Amino acid sequence: MFLPALRAEVAKILTTRIWWVLAIILVVYIVFISGGLGALFGFFSTSEGQATEQAPPTEFLAPMLYGSVSTFGYVFPVLLGALAVTSEYRHQMLTPTFLATPKRGLVLGAKSTALLFFGAIYGVVGVIASVGAGAGALTLFGLDTQLDNSETWAMIGRGVLALALWAVIGVGLGALIPNQVAAIVVILAFTQFVEPTLRAVTMFADWAASLGRFLPGAASDALVGAPSLFGVGATGPGVDPLEWWQGGLLLAALALVLTVLGYFVSWKRDVT
Amino acid sequence: MPTGVPIEFAGVTKRFGPVAAVSDLSFRVEPGRVTGFLGPNGAGKTTTLRMLLGLVTPTAGSATIGGVRYRDLLSPLSSVGSALEAASFHPGRTARDHLGVYAKAARIDPKQVPIVLDTVGLTEHAARRVGGYSLGMRQRLGLAFALLGDPGVLVLDEPINGLDPEGIKWIRGFLRQLAVEGRTVLISSHLLSEVQQSVDEVVIIARGTLVHRGPLSSLEIEGAATKVIVDSPNRDQLVAALGAASATFEEARAGILVTGLEPGQVGHIAFAAGVEVSSLHRQKSGLEDSFLALVGEGGSL
Repeated sequence: MFLPALRAEVAKILTTRIWWVLAIILVVYIVFISGGLGALFGFFSTSEGQATEQAPPTEFLAPMLYGSVSTFGYVFPVLLGALAVTSEYRHQMLTPTFLATPKRGLVLGAKSTALLFFGAIYGVVGVIASVGAGAGALTLFGLDTQLDNSETWAMIGRGVLALALWAVIGVGLGALIPNQVAAIVVILAFTQFVEPTLRAVTMFADWAASLGRFLPGAASDALVGAPSLFGVGATGPGVDPLEWWQGGLLLAALALVLTVLGYFVSWKRDVT
Repeated sequence: MPTGVPIEFAGVTKRFGPVAAVSDLSFRVEPGRVTGFLGPNGAGKTTTLRMLLGLVTPTAGSATIGGVRYRDLLSPLSSVGSALEAASFHPGRTARDHLGVYAKAARIDPKQVPIVLDTVGLTEHAARRVGGYSLGMRQRLGLAFALLGDPGVLVLDEPINGLDPEGIKWIRGFLRQLAVEGRTVLISSHLLSEVQQSVDEVVIIARGTLVHRGPLSSLEIEGAATKVIVDSPNRDQLVAALGAASATFEEARAGILVTGLEPGQVGHIAFAAGVEVSSLHRQKSGLEDSFLALVGEGGSL
């Protein structure tokens, strides 16, 4: 019963346009950031009259550019996941969905699995964009791309995993906030404003930083393990960031908790 | 050919907070017949059908299909086909993809998709996004969804709503054919006149409670006194003959409306008086009258 439901959920995403529209925006955005920052720092580090110490060293710069896929791009899989759920409510599609598969938990599980898959696709597409543009910019200024470093590739792989998990978090958020407009507003407000502000504020004190590293975006950065642009020095000297596997577990736990809450808040209610 | 199984409602009750939308509803829908599920808007028809299909959880009682609750059916879409509302589509998805998605979910052969689209007459619009569909086309697509699994039981909520006259004629014949094939067909409507040409049985609810059930003809017996419409090229002579026979009648535009006599008796009066008769038939409005009387009893709307 699970496999048919999974195939249906994948087909639902593939038969509408939003998944590739969001993917294109993700690519353009990441190319702009990774390529733009790479060119900016490359220019600093090579131009005369500038102290080369001002630019980050390349073993720091390259992974930072490549990691922009999760630092900046994680909002896209979250939106895709949330839209996959909220459009069921908005277009009253829960009726045919539950008529075809009356076991509702099964449908939600299939949706999460499908989104894990699409989040990974976003990860791969985003990585191609961030590595392509970033490494291209570094090469242009004669800097080392770090692409012969196995640690770089491990980090890239963890970036794909991060985006996959974020898509599942989106499913949970969508179930928790079935109103599509409200869900989009909450996601944009949290990822673009609330979380960055909190992370910036918490870096001023050790006790706050020890809490701040549990913020979802911080956990995501910890999972990827790339030096984050606005995370530079986000954790004070006395506070270590989370291990990559701790960050990953935290994101997975967040996805699970949100989805279970969403199941009880909206998913199992009467469809009228 | 799939054969129908009975639908059974046993003491089904649904409360939304303090409001009882459906109260202790019990009835049985038999295969091989078209059953009309009638009541005014807000009587609880849609809620009742949604409880049957596992979309709304009853506060008490149970609704089963062949003795099995919907959510326990092994292959739901192949057992019960249903069309509940005309708006359950993603506007950006084509009709073909819409059906394809649910065929996958229900493990139905994808070859069924073009077949049901052809059945409802949507083949040439199959590759169009549903957002551009008219209400009538959405109704047809909803019906195609119901037919996807070639089910023995069909549950259709207001299937005639929004169809053009040609579509109405088509669906009436189609529903009859489904019943003749031995399937169970349950259709809801708030207008008796809309379905009286297609249904064999009626179940009438008002304010969430059962007010009448039985064959369509049972409404005639309980209805107002029979009326017969009769007309003649020489209407004055006919009026005089009826007056001489002391019949109760009134003159209407379509003819003379006789109350309390059978068509045969009226014909005999005319024959005995030597008046030529140009039309003579029973008036059909008795059904609608008794339907309104039944649903009015509950004081609804």
